[in-house]
Amino acid sequence: MNKHQQKRQPISVGSDWTFDLINQYHEAIANIAADFGLDTYPNQIEIINSEQMMDAYASSGMPLLYHHWSYGKQFLGIENNYNRGQMGLAYEIVINANPCIAYLMEENSMTMQALVIAHACYGHNSFFKGNYLFKTWTEADSIIDYLLFAKNYIATCEQRHGVDAVEATLDSCHALMNYGVDRYKRPHPISPEKEKKWQHRREEIMQQQVNDIWRTIPTGKSSSTQKTEKNFPGEPQENLLYFIEKNAPLLESWQREIVRIVRKIGQYFYPQRQTQVMNEGWACFWHYTILNEMYDRGLVTDGFILEFLQAHTSVIAQPGFDSPYYNGINPYSLGFAMMIDIRRICENPTEEDREWFPDIAGSDWNKTLHFAMQNFKDESFIQQFLSPKVIRDLKLFCALDDDHHDHIEIMAIHDNTGYRIIREQLAGQYNIGDREPNIQVVNIDIRGDRSMHLQHYQHNRKPLNQDTLSVLQHLHQLWGFDIHLESLQDDQASSHYHYPEQNETQNIFNN
Amino acid sequence: MTYLIDRRLNAKNKSSVNRQRFLRRYKNHIKRAVSDAIGQRSITDMDKGEQITIPNQDIQEPVFGHGPGGKRTIIHPGNKDFIKGDSLPRRQSGGGGAGGKAGNSGEGMDDFAFHITQEEFLEFMFEDLELPNLIKRQLAGTESFKLKRAGFSTVGTPNQINIVRSLKSANARRIALGTPSKKKIKQLEQELQLLLNNTAENKPSNKTAITVLREEIEALKKKLKRIPFIDTFDIKYNLSVKHPQPSAKAVMFCIMDVSGSMSQGTKDIAKRFFILLYLFLQRNYDHTEVIFIRHHTAAKEVDEQEFFYSRETGGTIVSSALEMMKSIISDRYPSSEWNIYGAQASDGDNWNDDSDNCFKLLSKDILPLVQHFSYVEINPQQHQDLWHSYQRVQALFPKAFAMQQIIDPADIYPVFRELFHRRSA
Repeated sequence: MNKHQQKRQPISVGSDWTFDLINQYHEAIANIAADFGLDTYPNQIEIINSEQMMDAYASSGMPLLYHHWSYGKQFLGIENNYNRGQMGLAYEIVINANPCIAYLMEENSMTMQALVIAHACYGHNSFFKGNYLFKTWTEADSIIDYLLFAKNYIATCEQRHGVDAVEATLDSCHALMNYGVDRYKRPHPISPEKEKKWQHRREEIMQQQVNDIWRTIPTGKSSSTQKTEKNFPGEPQENLLYFIEKNAPLLESWQREIVRIVRKIGQYFYPQRQTQVMNEGWACFWHYTILNEMYDRGLVTDGFILEFLQAHTSVIAQPGFDSPYYNGINPYSLGFAMMIDIRRICENPTEEDREWFPDIAGSDWNKTLHFAMQNFKDESFIQQFLSPKVIRDLKLFCALDDDHHDHIEIMAIHDNTGYRIIREQLAGQYNIGDREPNIQVVNIDIRGDRSMHLQHYQHNRKPLNQDTLSVLQHLHQLWGFDIHLESLQDDQASSHYHYPEQNETQNIFNN
Repeated sequence: MTYLIDRRLNAKNKSSVNRQRFLRRYKNHIKRAVSDAIGQRSITDMDKGEQITIPNQDIQEPVFGHGPGGKRTIIHPGNKDFIKGDSLPRRQSGGGGAGGKAGNSGEGMDDFAFHITQEEFLEFMFEDLELPNLIKRQLAGTESFKLKRAGFSTVGTPNQINIVRSLKSANARRIALGTPSKKKIKQLEQELQLLLNNTAENKPSNKTAITVLREEIEALKKKLKRIPFIDTFDIKYNLSVKHPQPSAKAVMFCIMDVSGSMSQGTKDIAKRFFILLYLFLQRNYDHTEVIFIRHHTAAKEVDEQEFFYSRETGGTIVSSALEMMKSIISDRYPSSEWNIYGAQASDGDNWNDDSDNCFKLLSKDILPLVQHFSYVEINPQQHQDLWHSYQRVQALFPKAFAMQQIIDPADIYPVFRELFHRRSA
């Protein structure tokens, strides 16, 4: 550590990287991260080239994944855009696993590699390890093993049942992937050894259970059946894939296993969808803090820090709503602004901050940041920590688009009366419950035609999109019997969807 | 604990299986795009890949989501002069307005575009096509190989030993191994001779020197004898490699009218038709021969270059070309060994008396010998005599004879497909 105290002894001066230099930089970054108390999984840093990066992109960043045409579509799209220069590749991809895998592109300069190491290997990595959602919902230790199991299992199914049959099942599962998530209940940890052991037993047992539900042989006196006839499922079910896996009458056992695999992977990605702003904000905050610390300790050159700042600035750029580049709020930008602002509130609180954040104004910034990182998701993080200063800096405003009015109304801007509204509405934007339609299984016609009845509870009168019928078709493919979906607006059914489609006369549209 | 791993040398085509799956799934779209491209491309372009575009809605993976409508609030950054209570007209498109749609990124209706390679392009183009009624006359079912010499090898079976080569290399080895010893023997013998000549001074030291020299020479000679005449690694074998021999040979006759009545546009279309045939043949049959016959009042057998790219004018006598085809068949392509295919392109012009000759030639002499004969007439106008004569041919040989009319370049590919569509028989 002695050399840190010395004046300006940079690790390297050129922009080319070598393995030795990466190790040296990594060591320096690791030391600083440890000084700041970042708790991480061990790192596994892999150097890859741009083609490999495209491969990684195409399979949602996972190092191994089963084969499916949609990943090929991803790949072709990326390849086309990249080859025509319409798109650059990300500098890094990081995988929530233990050890935490980070990909570095060989084309990056030394500065970019250092940035990526700080960002991914210490920023994202500590977030994966510390955030309550990741701790609760993902099993970093076993995800790679599980993916391997899934890949092999699906490959075996393809051999046994044909690519087309497996593909059809996967298509249907993918359509419902976002509805294969347990939102409130801790799922079973994914354990690969058990997974294999249980898989065979599961096949038998599940089929038995399914058979029990569908046992329709009269059990004797009709009076007793009349009494016990209950609604099934007992409570509305929001995890559609789980419900199908356990109850669909016609699925083969291998199909149930595939439903399960897609469900598990959907569950694995669920925390990432809920913590985009925080995760990126946290990682940006730390690469910014760590690399600046390196500069202060004299470990890097002026050129290094300038190149870094340029890259950093473009990552967190937020074009205004009227810019041609505007594409919604940049999670990097919002997250970074909030993280930096929390530190400012702790270190240099103003009167306003003391009024808005009495608990954290003047407290230890690192502890406060860690607390925020560990215990929140985007929605609650914004609700809790979005300060008036950030709203002013980003000049946020809230537009109300109501189809009952002819005009769009500006509901709030960055002023005293607007801060709370903006904070609340922005938090709502990141609430998955508001973003995705709330659809649940409410009833199965066990004694009749076995049809499935779903309800959609509209949020702010927002209707379903035009894909709905296609998704129902996929649901029908898995369930095997008619599907009925009604969209409820204040407990009034406003529209109905059926698959297979019913006659016009039976269709009811209340507009 | 940190690991730094260099993965750059790992396989980079992890996605190739997924890519193939995608192509397989959207085969029909791609095929349609390919056949459109063929209609528009110039022939010299045929050796390239193709940008394929598929409408986005066809490859969408549906998910539940919110449609437009209802009440929604959206937070935007970068406020300039709005104040609370302002109301703005609703904009239809995103484009960055304050409208609610601006936030719905990724809703763009752009078509999905990607690139396929030349290989894949031709693959799609030729799919389902096969030379009609191809009968594998020779060695049906099994592909036969012909062995071709390809130099020498150090491994092989005894029957492949090349004696000359083997002895040459044995000789070379013997020379290489023996020369130092021989030189030494020569030198020692000279010394020995010298000593023997001087036996006058019969010194004991000389005697011992002589015996030493003799022993040394003896040892060297023994060493020489131990060099084998032929050693295992001298043996060279003839190396032969297998060249696939198609089990059915096919010859394709391309007949084209190049007379004055053929306009440049007509010729162009005809050229495209033949080039498609030609590409198709080159691809599907390793040993398919192609004969090009062009004609005006007289027919001439030409090479490919001349067939497509030289110009002549004059009247038209179609039967001259059919005569020539007939004589070439009887001279060079006995129908017992060859599957014969004919393809003719014309604008339909012919001397009036000649069409009947054509009918006779085709129905009597040619069609009994060929597997298939196709005729394309590139002419937007009324059919003339030739067409009517050929219709009579078609009536007689409905399976082996096909005729089609082409009007503009985009028609070629469908016609081509129809002519050579795989027959169920």
